[in-house]
Amino acid sequence: MAFISVFDVIGPNMVGPSSSHTAGAASIALLAGKMIGERITRVTFTLYGSFAKTYKGHGTDKALVGGILGFETDDVRIRDSFNIAKENGLEFDFVCNNSDDEDIHPNTVDMEIVGESGRQLTVRGESLGGGKVMLTRINGVKVQFTGEYHALIVIQRDNPGVVAGITSVLSSWDVNIAYLRVFREEKGGLAYTIVESDEEISEKAVEVIKKNPAIQDIMLVQR
Amino acid sequence: MDFHTAEELLELCAQGMSIATVMREREVTQGETDSVTVEERMKKALNIMRNSAHTPLTEVLPSTGGLIGGEAEKLNNNMLNGKNICGSVMSKALIYSQAVPEMNASMGVIVAAPTAGSSGVLPAVLFALEEEFNLTEKQLLDGMFTAGAVGYLLMKHASVSGAQAGCQAEVGSASAMAAAAAAAMMGGTAQQSFDAASIALSNLLGLVCDPIAGLVEAPCQSRNAIGAANALTCAEMALSGIKAVVPFSEMAAAMLRVGTKLPNELRETALGGCAVTPTGCAHNCRIFGGCN
Repeated sequence: MAFISVFDVIGPNMVGPSSSHTAGAASIALLAGKMIGERITRVTFTLYGSFAKTYKGHGTDKALVGGILGFETDDVRIRDSFNIAKENGLEFDFVCNNSDDEDIHPNTVDMEIVGESGRQLTVRGESLGGGKVMLTRINGVKVQFTGEYHALIVIQRDNPGVVAGITSVLSSWDVNIAYLRVFREEKGGLAYTIVESDEEISEKAVEVIKKNPAIQDIMLVQR
Repeated sequence: MDFHTAEELLELCAQGMSIATVMREREVTQGETDSVTVEERMKKALNIMRNSAHTPLTEVLPSTGGLIGGEAEKLNNNMLNGKNICGSVMSKALIYSQAVPEMNASMGVIVAAPTAGSSGVLPAVLFALEEEFNLTEKQLLDGMFTAGAVGYLLMKHASVSGAQAGCQAEVGSASAMAAAAAAAMMGGTAQQSFDAASIALSNLLGLVCDPIAGLVEAPCQSRNAIGAANALTCAEMALSGIKAVVPFSEMAAAMLRVGTKLPNELRETALGGCAVTPTGCAHNCRIFGGCN
């Protein structure tokens, strides 16, 4: 079992009322917002399970919009996030999916995100309880990503040597890799390599990694 | 420094350290950080707790579901008018235990301890004792680390999730944490903290999680009152020399066993208990529309 910090017990510091439905929702959206790396202009949130049933009473909707705006779980602006979104030109809407598919975690949200450059990103997040979250899909590909470390998410063609190239660049920039996992839909298709590190990862290293023509895109997500 | 059970922690304490000291050391070594950062982070949590326990005394905060709001102010006025019947420590704990859930339900900032639904219990005990016994900030922080140690063990060996093990896992755990903190802050030994925590858990064993309309409002708020009162009661018992008949580790295991035996309806699904009373259902219809 992973380390349980005293601040996992006395914490998170959060806008109420629910660690799973409010704080967790804000964390999922914050993480997704960091991934796209530019100002977000439009998001469609699709809510499942308990999120779909009780989102209004738990402020899940305000927390999701707040997270997209970059607010941490204890930022009181979450309460007023709808108005702040309007002021910042962020459009959003909510769709409830009442599917009773048992494979979907009860506190799940899909986010279709569009950035100001037109860049698009689809992310599925699950709120696991106590404010802990996991992103479980990126653009439809199943992944596991918590945002607890500094991370690189590399979208690449599933060719030999791509991962080795990533690790060799990172090692030359003295980045100590904590975890590295490759997620892919099918052999030879698109793959997502998620590299997690204790240290911040330099943008310059990202530029070097990007030179590999097999790499389509890289998202840098600092903790 | 690390420990995985109450027994291991008590062994470390037998070498002359308090639970709070061991918990601080553990955070620094296992969390790979430094003691200044840890202390500052806990102070920040204490300040948020203080604000959330006091703001609703003078400002009624409407909740999103409209089931609660204004309880802390009512209790405070009652006490200011000299009408309280529980004695000043207990009455103050009662006020603060209602204030924090009010803050929480109005989308104010709180510290989950261990959860948002049970976030009033520990602050209630901390601030009631602080005022009555002139405790220092250092003593309050010691209390929080002591509570953190108990909560960590419950997370590891039992549950702090209402969806998994009912309210006994939320308010029950918070109460055990606060009982241990109270015993420590009032000069008790590490063993006395665990006696207090064990008795506190056993007193709330079986408590179900049945939120009306699925919201963290009622009966969550008033259960924070019983969690705080239970914590103070059990701390006083332990400090008087009463020992827990069942040791803490065994009681934690019992709590998890009871929790997993609770039917799904009584584990945060809003399908049982208070939630399905005619009044509970009526509130659900009013808030979310449509009746089932």
